[in-house]
Amino acid sequence: MVIGADLPAINSAMPIWIVPLFPLTGALVLLLTGRRWRGLLSGWFASFLVGASFVSTIVLLLDFLGGDGEAALVNRLYQWVAAGSFSVDVAFRVDPLALVMALTVSGVATLIHIYSIDYMRGDPRFARFFAYLNLFVFFMLVLVLANNFLLLFVGWEGVGLCSYLLIGFWFERKPAADAAKKAFIVTRIGDSAFLIGIVFIWLRFQSLDFEVVFARAPELAAGTATVLALLLFAGAVGKSAQLPLHTWLPDAMEGPTPVSALIHAATMVTAGVYLVVRAHPIFEASEVALTIVATVGIVTAIYAGLSAIGQDDIKRMLAYSTISQLGFMFFGAGMGAYSAAIFLLVAHAFFKAMLFLGAGSVMHGLRGETDMMRMGGLRRAMPLTFWTWVIGWLAMAGIPPLSGFFAKDQVVASASENGRLWFWIAALVGSLLTAVYMSRATFMTFFGRPRSEQKPHDAPPRMGLALVVLAAAAAFGGILGLSAVNGILPAFLEPVFGAAEEPHGPLTVLALALASSAVAVVGIGIAYLVYGSGRIDWVALRSRFAGAKRASQRGFYVDDVYTGGLVAPAKLGSAFLAYVFDRRVLDGAVNGLGRIIGAFAGRGRAVQTGRVRSYALAVLLGVVGVLSYLVVRF
Amino acid sequence: MNDFPWLTAVTFAPLAGALALALFPSRAANLHRLWTLLVTVVVFGVSVGMFAAYEGGAAGFQLVERATWVESLNFQYILGVDGISVFLVLLTTFLMPVAVLASWRVDRQVKSFMIAFLVLETAMLGTFVALDLLLFFLFFEALLFPMYLIIGGWGSERRAYAAVKFFLFTMAGSAFLFVAILFLYFRSGSALGTPTFDLTQLANVPLSASAGRWLFLGFFVAFAVKVPLFPLHTWLPDAHTEAPTAGSVVLAAVLLKIGAYGLIRFNLSLFPEASMYFRTFVLVLAVIGILYGAIVALIQTDVKRLVAYSSVSHLGFVVLGIFAFSVEAMTGGVLQMVNHGLSTGALFLLVGMLYERTHTRDLTKMGGLSQTMPILAGVFLFTALSSIGLPGLNGFVGEFLVLLGTFAVSKPFASVAVAGVVLAAIYLLWAYQRAMHGELRNAEHATLPDLNGRERVLLAPVLAAILLIGVFPRPFLDEIEPSAEVSVACVRGRGTGGELLSLAPNHLCTGTIDQLGPLP
Repeated sequence: MVIGADLPAINSAMPIWIVPLFPLTGALVLLLTGRRWRGLLSGWFASFLVGASFVSTIVLLLDFLGGDGEAALVNRLYQWVAAGSFSVDVAFRVDPLALVMALTVSGVATLIHIYSIDYMRGDPRFARFFAYLNLFVFFMLVLVLANNFLLLFVGWEGVGLCSYLLIGFWFERKPAADAAKKAFIVTRIGDSAFLIGIVFIWLRFQSLDFEVVFARAPELAAGTATVLALLLFAGAVGKSAQLPLHTWLPDAMEGPTPVSALIHAATMVTAGVYLVVRAHPIFEASEVALTIVATVGIVTAIYAGLSAIGQDDIKRMLAYSTISQLGFMFFGAGMGAYSAAIFLLVAHAFFKAMLFLGAGSVMHGLRGETDMMRMGGLRRAMPLTFWTWVIGWLAMAGIPPLSGFFAKDQVVASASENGRLWFWIAALVGSLLTAVYMSRATFMTFFGRPRSEQKPHDAPPRMGLALVVLAAAAAFGGILGLSAVNGILPAFLEPVFGAAEEPHGPLTVLALALASSAVAVVGIGIAYLVYGSGRIDWVALRSRFAGAKRASQRGFYVDDVYTGGLVAPAKLGSAFLAYVFDRRVLDGAVNGLGRIIGAFAGRGRAVQTGRVRSYALAVLLGVVGVLSYLVVRF
Repeated sequence: MNDFPWLTAVTFAPLAGALALALFPSRAANLHRLWTLLVTVVVFGVSVGMFAAYEGGAAGFQLVERATWVESLNFQYILGVDGISVFLVLLTTFLMPVAVLASWRVDRQVKSFMIAFLVLETAMLGTFVALDLLLFFLFFEALLFPMYLIIGGWGSERRAYAAVKFFLFTMAGSAFLFVAILFLYFRSGSALGTPTFDLTQLANVPLSASAGRWLFLGFFVAFAVKVPLFPLHTWLPDAHTEAPTAGSVVLAAVLLKIGAYGLIRFNLSLFPEASMYFRTFVLVLAVIGILYGAIVALIQTDVKRLVAYSSVSHLGFVVLGIFAFSVEAMTGGVLQMVNHGLSTGALFLLVGMLYERTHTRDLTKMGGLSQTMPILAGVFLFTALSSIGLPGLNGFVGEFLVLLGTFAVSKPFASVAVAGVVLAAIYLLWAYQRAMHGELRNAEHATLPDLNGRERVLLAPVLAAILLIGVFPRPFLDEIEPSAEVSVACVRGRGTGGELLSLAPNHLCTGTIDQLGPLP
């Protein structure tokens, strides 16, 4: 029996699978013929295919808007796994949420592909880089376009694989190889809980299809819903690098910078937010689960913000900032402000991708330098990089009217509108930290006097193009959600989340927005005072507070605790089982038994003389003899 | 062609090839290789014909051949396949040409080596198709000699120790099996009038609870050694490490499956009540195996030992699926048997290729090989990912069904087993990193050649199968499921009700899932 068989096989004019097919084709072609490609052609080829994906997603959008108002277009390809009562299809789905995600993914990915043509120029594995990048886009599109949990999981693990391949792209360097493995394994811990969650969903609903599951999710008892939601959330925590599974993301910065921009900022790491938002009917069945999501989100946001302030490596700073912003998204989702969370996800994809590409441009100009202590004053040598960075910085800090202001304000405000003032204050603290660490990085990198001898150059044309387009998106992206109630994005997403409620908290929308902006301005001001005004010798300050600085830089030693408290004992335990228990106890017992028998038979020596064949022959003759005896006797 | 004796043809064609090979002049090594390759390819062709004649989607045994062999003993020659064994036959015939191609570089006593291989193939196929217990036992024992010779004759340094250990472990197990078979045989005499070794009739022999349990244990020990289940696994790492590449491939891909197959075919259908009784015990052993194999694999530096312990872990999943007694888990477990054959078979092939180049199995002496052998590294990663259970590749489908089916009947076991999924990623990716990533550790490795044409040809079909099962497993699941359902229904229906379901010809029992009793 095919669950959901009453639904039509396809109700979209254009097959949805076309969208992921483009990058899949690119990946396969490039993987199989990688070394035959010369020059930059493979990069253009891959960029073209992702661009085609973007265009076809727009076609789907028009298709959807021109449709007769169905909630979703569904496209069933074939029954994938079926056994016993279990059955699941390969089926794609387009609804407003999937469209927003797919447009963001393919759009940002196209720009980053083009940027990478310049950035990766001259790399001996140039074509393979684009093969992996295309493969990533394929899996990411499968993730957001899947119509059931198991296909979503295919994309989920697939992007994890590509993340592994791309973090370890320069695998000759041990840190890169280590970071790649760590990313895969740490996220897999969350994924294993997610997998159990999927199994649980099947047992509860006898289906993994979104329509069926979400339609019946409100029937869940609160306890069941809590367990189920937390299993899914565990997967999201791993993928989106939230406490306590966040430790892989800063290390993942070992990958090429375009990878950090695309995978570890704009798209893959937001998959966890997408999962929670997609599965919101399950989370809504449990007040506890939603509160846990919000709490983990805000605690992570503040923790990562504090860690970001101590980073000197520009990419690690951005990594902690990503963790922090993802925390805000979960916070929004936990507050039930789903479209605000998605709005922040989209805006963050723009400004954070832009900032990473800006950091990449800085590194490109400084021969791979990532240490902000050896930067400074770059605004003169790299005007394009600087001005685009300024937009990204102010957008992220939450200065109106840039995209980040609208998005973050709505997320922060959602707490107040729910009447949860403590959460609101915590979110404001998180916002303050955001403004501080971003401004600190900006002043350290682009202002002051140069702290290195290098003669930097600005971004080459294709990199510049990506920077400008993303900066424009970061600047004007706010148009998508000028109002949390009836902005373009909230209105478009309404069929998925239901109508947004009018705010009913103790503070008006205007007051909330003013509070957010004021916090941003204060944060920038603090950073200016310390790092930009020249009135404070911040280098001396670092050594005065060396302990705090170091704690912040090391992410408050969470990773060290894991290494000492989990990894080392695990290795010890494994060594004990392998070399003592298995060899000495189990095998020792066997060998001892063998020796006793050998002594009895008086043939212990002969067995080990290596006269294997005569021994085998003897046994063969013996068996034949016994069998003939049996046959004759009967 | 409906009356064509497909199973006899498939089973004995390799033996015929071996006899013909014995007549070849002994110095023409290339001729021996080509002939053996030809024979194994033809056998695969015949098995495909067999599969075409097999009626899809049905339960019960098909293509059954019956003849009386020894009248006085009522020892019969009965062959037949169902949806479970048919894929194990195909897996065997599919991997044999691959194993032969992988042995191209064997240059000592090529003729004897190839003869041993062909004899081994007949013995393996025989165990999967025999429905007469004595016939099964003969094939089961016949396996030992060629495998023993292959490990002991063409293995590495400690081959004699490993070969003898392999031999004695299995022999010890089969001693219990033989006694149990004889007991059943004589018991059937008093119950049915004439004693018989016919499996379908023996399933009908009433046994007291305690007799059933003792007999279950007799069979169980023999098969648990083969699987291998913790703590009877210690022969496996030695056998794998010392065996030549093709020996390891066949050992992992096929021989271990005989244990798991035996549990389904014999333990569950002959002793349903005892299977129910020992269920928790076996599940505990399976879960211990999953975790123990994975944890011990973590720290290994010999890559062959590492893969061997990963087999202990993966076969734990198979046994978990079998003894969960749910249709989904059983189907997943059987598919996982095929998957493990493909993935671990391919891993051993790749390790063999690495060894031929670097002359070491020690991971600490490798490193950076991805720089000189990108294709080999890529294929290694692909295979490792299939073993890790990456969705889209074969391992995930089986693993997921096992977890799903187990979770449905026993949440704790499934929840613990899922840790094996995480551990598999750790030990395989760590191994991959140590061999392939980082700087080149040995300057001599800078000039190693990447995969050659022969190696690509022999790997391609295995990789294609890994991908096919991952993306489109229906052709496999659709055949496995009806037989899995019968196995589960029989063991649960008869194991709890204490009542025999009706027996049709060529069926062990005609249970359906609707007749399932609740699990205790």
